[in-house]
Amino acid sequence: MLELRGIVKHFPGHRAVDGISLTVAPGAFYSLLGPSGCGKTTTLRLIAGFEHPDLGEILLNGSPIQNAKPYHRNVSTVFQNYALFPHMTVQQNVEFGLRQRGAANARSLADAALEMVQLRGKQARLPAQLSGGERQRVALARSLVLKPDVLLLDEPLAALDPQLRKQMRHELKETQRNSGITFLFVTHDQEEALSLSDRIAIMHQGRIVQEGTPEEVYLRPASRFVAGFMGALNWIGGVGIRPESTRLFRGGDGPKARVTRTVFLGNCVHVFTQTEAGEEALAELPRDHEPFNPGDHVRIQWSSRDEMRFAE
Amino acid sequence: MKRFLSLYAALAFAFLHVPLLVLIAFSFNGGKFTVWEGFSLRWYQSILHDPQLVEATGNSIFIALASTVLSTSIGAFTAYGMWKRRAPVLQGSLYLSLVTPEIVTGISLLAFFQYIFRWLPFRLGLMTVVLAHVAFSVVYVTVVISARLTTMDRSLEEAALDLGASEWTAFRRITLPLLAPGIAAAALLALIVSFDDYVITSLVAGVDSETLPMVVYAMARRGANPVINAVSALIVVLFGVLIVISERVREA
Amino acid sequence: MNLRSWFLVPARLTIGLFFAAPLAIVCGYSLLTRGDYGGAERPWTLENYTRLADPLYAQILLRSIAMAAAATLLCLVLGFPLALFISRAGKRKNLYLQLVVLPFWTSFLVRTYAWLFLLRDTGLVNTLLARAGLIHHPLALLYNNGAVLLGLVYGYLPFMVLPLYAALEKIDPALLEAAADLGARPLTAVRRVIIPLSRPGIVAGSILVFIPCLGAYLTPDLMGGGKTVMIGNLVQNQFTTSRDWPFGSAASLILLAFTSLLLYVFLRRAEVR
Repeated sequence: MLELRGIVKHFPGHRAVDGISLTVAPGAFYSLLGPSGCGKTTTLRLIAGFEHPDLGEILLNGSPIQNAKPYHRNVSTVFQNYALFPHMTVQQNVEFGLRQRGAANARSLADAALEMVQLRGKQARLPAQLSGGERQRVALARSLVLKPDVLLLDEPLAALDPQLRKQMRHELKETQRNSGITFLFVTHDQEEALSLSDRIAIMHQGRIVQEGTPEEVYLRPASRFVAGFMGALNWIGGVGIRPESTRLFRGGDGPKARVTRTVFLGNCVHVFTQTEAGEEALAELPRDHEPFNPGDHVRIQWSSRDEMRFAE
Repeated sequence: MKRFLSLYAALAFAFLHVPLLVLIAFSFNGGKFTVWEGFSLRWYQSILHDPQLVEATGNSIFIALASTVLSTSIGAFTAYGMWKRRAPVLQGSLYLSLVTPEIVTGISLLAFFQYIFRWLPFRLGLMTVVLAHVAFSVVYVTVVISARLTTMDRSLEEAALDLGASEWTAFRRITLPLLAPGIAAAALLALIVSFDDYVITSLVAGVDSETLPMVVYAMARRGANPVINAVSALIVVLFGVLIVISERVREA
Repeated sequence: MNLRSWFLVPARLTIGLFFAAPLAIVCGYSLLTRGDYGGAERPWTLENYTRLADPLYAQILLRSIAMAAAATLLCLVLGFPLALFISRAGKRKNLYLQLVVLPFWTSFLVRTYAWLFLLRDTGLVNTLLARAGLIHHPLALLYNNGAVLLGLVYGYLPFMVLPLYAALEKIDPALLEAAADLGARPLTAVRRVIIPLSRPGIVAGSILVFIPCLGAYLTPDLMGGGKTVMIGNLVQNQFTTSRDWPFGSAASLILLAFTSLLLYVFLRRAEVR
């Protein structure tokens, strides 16, 4: 179990992490989600031991590790650019950590790890001779083979092209499930976080602004910031509604609006409207929905359980 | 315009290269004067029969090797240390030493050695030359290796620490091998600047530590001597070979 | 103390012992009086510095500055077209750059000797001219200001060409086409477009040439034959034949101060950008 208590980290001129507390349950897939510069990567680096907190405690299985050297913490990092050692083969990369521990059976353990990420047969290659996805798998195997208490992943999918990213996302989840290792995953992509995580902590300006399951943070955002960050949002009469919960009718109840334009997206249709009060509202409708044209007069409706209200 | 530039460039390249090419060509001249008297290797043979030249060459090689080993080790650690953590004062002093005129470096080292030798049982000689060469080569080595380090991914060392390696192991197993081509190029540069130096060397050398450039200088002052052409040709070839090797390892 | 700090200890020792301490000693000497048998003695004095204002020495300082300035200007004038040519040479750029740098990688002493071999009274140029019947007495090509200037230009031309090339290479060729399109003749385009845009290269190259020329010792010594004394020769002379270390120290500190000041101003300018 990983626990952060009141972590603060200053860099000259700014406060990167401003009092963070969180608990990651064993075997969980936990995501730190937030825009760039929100402090999520710094948090990860504090846990890995590349930085030391000014205040607060980091507990790994109950013992404080915030002052330990990186090589004395049983956590491991998958770097954004993978940081594979360019002068070592795949095999040597994966064996590196085991050899540091003096593991006698480094070779067979590395073989098993490479088997798990389907890289048998590529052991003799250098990182430069691998594709982006393969590099990511090597980085994963290199860390997993050490059986860390927590695996830290710093935007590991960001360097991949979009097609591959979806596929690797699936592989990542499978690997986590099969290994049973706790994953702490840092990303700025809400879709990634929603699809992978058991729990998500959303960070903003060095603080955690909400923590919960994907459903909770998406459907019941704690603040306007979270609501907007998790996905597109319409503001109608002081209430927030997601585009996919927004429905349009030619008659009936609901605020009056006029269609301004429609965009066909293949799997759905986006209909942009403007209410009489001047608010912009987007409705995401199924492709086979009754068509709307610019200038059409419509009524906007939604189910009250999809409403989001915020105190601020 | 274009034709003017091409013609001009040809002249400029001739200006840069013809003097050396003529010098080398005349090292193969059979006669003693600046009139071509047929091909001969006699001046090269006479190098071997000149004990002063042979001894000076030996001294130069010893000094160059010793100072290269020392300055490359120091420079590699320095570049690495400054890459890990900024050291503005040290960096500033290194750059200041780089732009200090050679003659000033030379006389200040001379003054320094004379000053401390009042209390120490040493005198000017091979060792003072080696130390002086280390002093001025360290900055060249540091600059070359620092340049290599700027292209190096900092997360590699972090990854090594993360996988359980100590700082020293991370340096030895990850950074050092990746830096090796840069270090080799820097060492070759140190070798060249040491082998070539006359101004500083002549000031801190003792009676037993005459170097090749010092002998060449003395001969050049004395007057025309085709042996210098031969020595010069050999130096040009030696430096050329070192440069080619250094380019090769840097690209590796 | 952690591992990182240990890495810098050898360099700190080297710089401290063999750069800072020697300079400190020279500073000390420059304030002392020349001893009867060389060396330096008390009393403390500023006389070594005031002596530099003596017309005899002031002339040497001024001549050094003038020589360095002339060499810089010549390098600029000679180097600019060459850098321009290389920057537009397409695929052969690298080859031409190597050709510029190659002689620079040859021993400085050998390069200077090459000119002695060509220009001395019995040198190749005089021999050829005499054999062609054009001259009856050898021309005095060496041991004058012109020869020193030639040596300096030859020695430091690459220092000018490389930064000029770096600046010129960044200029978009489309700018020249635009200038031509707007009616500028080639020379006008060079004057109004290329030269202003290559200013950073001109400044950097000038500094890189001026600084070593100012402190040059070997070139004026060999090519000037002792007649054209620059400040570097003055310093060397005080430490060897004249054995006036305090005065030599003062002269070398003035040289170093001038060099550092120039570099400081240049770096500040570069930083402002």
